[in-house]
Amino acid sequence: MRDESRQENREAIPELRELHLTEKPDGPGAAAMLAAGIGILVLGLLTTLSEVSTGLHDFLAKFEFGQGVGPLAGKTILAVAGWAVSWVILAILWRGKDVDIRRMFWIGLVLGVLGAVLTFPPVFTAFAG
Amino acid sequence: MELTSREGWTVVHGLVLGTVFLLTFGGGLAGLWSLRPGFITARGIKERMTRLYIGTSTMAVVAWLTVISGTWIVYPWYRAGLAGAGDDPYAGCTGLALPSDTCSPRDFLKSNVSGTTETWHNFGMEWKEHIGWAAPILATAAAFLVIYYGPRLIARPWLRAAVIVMFVGAFAAAVVGGVFGAFLNKVAPIV
Repeated sequence: MRDESRQENREAIPELRELHLTEKPDGPGAAAMLAAGIGILVLGLLTTLSEVSTGLHDFLAKFEFGQGVGPLAGKTILAVAGWAVSWVILAILWRGKDVDIRRMFWIGLVLGVLGAVLTFPPVFTAFAG
Repeated sequence: MELTSREGWTVVHGLVLGTVFLLTFGGGLAGLWSLRPGFITARGIKERMTRLYIGTSTMAVVAWLTVISGTWIVYPWYRAGLAGAGDDPYAGCTGLALPSDTCSPRDFLKSNVSGTTETWHNFGMEWKEHIGWAAPILATAAAFLVIYYGPRLIARPWLRAAVIVMFVGAFAAAVVGGVFGAFLNKVAPIV
């Protein structure tokens, strides 16, 4: 959904009129917002699920490549991969398009807050097996 | 007056990168906050935006360097299992007041040989090591949005506020890492 007010807003602001700015679609911005939420959610999910499943815990530890980082290596590498891949996919899908950026921000915020909560020790240890 | 290699890395991770992160956050927040209609001239906007692009990008890069150095260089020294002997997982920590080459900081904290210290690991380190990674993700997204929209943010207060929320979120995640990192290095320094 295009924010119809933004062109008018720009025209109403003298200092911006002088800059002769061109219109930019919201798709790329929305992709950045939503992908950030997805990345943090993946981090939170892996943090909690690693407490639930010994198999996943051991799998995540394999990403340390002998450096002594333990399962934190897998959690962070996969979270960053989830963030980067989702950003690339969303950016391609929404390239040059207008999407409802407010909606994507709120969805991203909810995902991000949920992910952050799942990294909070009293929460993820409650799931420990 | 000298630092060991490990002490040097903790200084780089926590103090050097942390200081640059704080500076760029302060400057970035002030710049974003005042990105409002009527505050600056067109010429001022151009000058302000250049600083904002550099500041937010630097903050994102520094956040990445901080979590990568913390996780892959400093953290393995913290979590090394050194104290175990026989049935006692913390035998090497017996009688110690600080971590040593037979008792890593994690061993030391979990052993409770010098007061009730295990919560520093179970809560402080566990939270810090995970939530810290939200900082570079949010800082990078915020920097991208600042660069992508540029001065257009002045005409879109809601979008500017959304960027500030992400920017402050990155800072909040880094604060958890920074505060617990400082306390942990006080209670159980890496040696």
